[in-house]
Amino acid sequence: MPLQNEKKEDTSLRPAIEVALDSIGLRFGSYGVLSNLSFEVPRGQFVALVGPTGCGKSSVLNLVAGLLKPSAGSLRAGGRVLDSINRDAAYMLQQDALLPWKTVLENVMLGPVLRGTSKNHAAADAQGWIERVGLRGFENRYPSQLSGGQRKRVAMAQALINRLPILLLDESFSALDVQTRALMENKLLELWLELKATVLFVTHDLEEAIAMADRVLLFTAGPDATLKGDYIVRLPRPRNVEEVRFIPGFTELYETVWRNLKEEVMVAYAR
Amino acid sequence: MPGEKRVRVVLFQFALLVAFIGAWEWASRLRWIDPFFFSQPSIFAGRALQWLFQPGLLLGGRSIYHHLFVTMQEMIGGFVLGVAFGVAVGFALGRSHFWSAVLNPYIQVLNALPRLVLAPIFVLLLGIDERSKVALGFSLVFFIVFFNAYRGVRDVDRNIVNNARMLGASEAQLARHVLLPSAMSWILSSLHTSVGFALVGAVVGEYLAAAQGLGWIISQAQGNFDAAGVYAGMLILCVVVVVVEFGVTWLERRLIRWKDINETMFA
Repeated sequence: MPLQNEKKEDTSLRPAIEVALDSIGLRFGSYGVLSNLSFEVPRGQFVALVGPTGCGKSSVLNLVAGLLKPSAGSLRAGGRVLDSINRDAAYMLQQDALLPWKTVLENVMLGPVLRGTSKNHAAADAQGWIERVGLRGFENRYPSQLSGGQRKRVAMAQALINRLPILLLDESFSALDVQTRALMENKLLELWLELKATVLFVTHDLEEAIAMADRVLLFTAGPDATLKGDYIVRLPRPRNVEEVRFIPGFTELYETVWRNLKEEVMVAYAR
Repeated sequence: MPGEKRVRVVLFQFALLVAFIGAWEWASRLRWIDPFFFSQPSIFAGRALQWLFQPGLLLGGRSIYHHLFVTMQEMIGGFVLGVAFGVAVGFALGRSHFWSAVLNPYIQVLNALPRLVLAPIFVLLLGIDERSKVALGFSLVFFIVFFNAYRGVRDVDRNIVNNARMLGASEAQLARHVLLPSAMSWILSSLHTSVGFALVGAVVGEYLAAAQGLGWIISQAQGNFDAAGVYAGMLILCVVVVVVEFGVTWLERRLIRWKDINETMFA
């Protein structure tokens, strides 16, 4: 399905490094969530963030989204120091965050409407996205009338419709059953290849991380979490998340990352 | 509810009403209760019908419809003003943590004050015409709506707010697309109570000092030891409340459609 209304902004004008964290620290009161965290994400890269529970992965997304401010260090997104909400980032939250008083169509067209597109254009665009995520015929349903998987698809269309250069996903598919999840993962990869967005993808599932990402960032256990490992995933694209695990190299990388992740999980568990 | 069950519920509701009225009528006829105090359903219902349908029957020089109209006017006035200001102030304080902290103790004190004691002040201040009743209704309605609007704004889901912000919402857009709809269900559920209180304001105000209105009719009847007149006035008030209540429910259904519909409605 071809994309309509190709984004006017020429993405080649954006810097080669889309997101850059430099010695970031984050504290909530006396509790240090992140400490001395630095990494850079080149434009268009699909990065998975993994680590033991409570290691601050989601906080990294909130920092890049501009919903949290770092206590130390600097964060650049799109070449500029971020000091408020990141208008270049779409964020698919872990929890259900659709507007319950809006229909599927109204939810999906919300982004363009908020950014000043006329209602008619936004609705036409939203219609395309609803079809793309496989929800044709559900336009006038309210979120309470949809299944969990359907709501996630609406959330995905809602996040992607603005065609923003950065896409943040926080355990977006973890609550879904295995089949729906694989379906959503493949759909996301397909749309990502079209949109060429830079993706930060938080997950607790290492298999999902390797299957989807170009690169896996492994976090240490909190408090004061930071990077423990940085792994490049050299698997061919386009990928099918259900088949990619049978490609040689997958298991090898999985075992390497898993050994290191397990250490951190044990550390977190011991606390 | 399945149709068969629904019919049974209505049937039992009706049976209960008939039993109650019948028992009242019977007890009164047999003098188990004193009709001087408790009247008799057939008598006061007849009186109400007489007021409503006997041509040329006047109360204090005006027809019952005039009195009904005056009371409704006062009720609607107090209701509309109370809701408008309650929503506006509740919304404003819901958005501003600073001002809600500053004003909190005063609002608590004002709310704890039994507002009916303000009625004499309103009469002194605004006279015995409709305005003092509107003011009393307003003072009752305002706080109910205010607290609900305030809570509605405060209780809005953080995730939904963050999501709307990330999608590009400005502060004004956030209020329109997220806070107002979220507060709406709270505000609307408070309207059921508010309508009742607006009527209380109007009727009690009339009861204390007025020259017209249903409250005045009831107070006149009481002054003449006319229990049937008191109950007839109450009966008419009951009908009014039921009609208004249907109106509010209809409004609620329309404005928060998204809440009514549940998963079971389709396969």
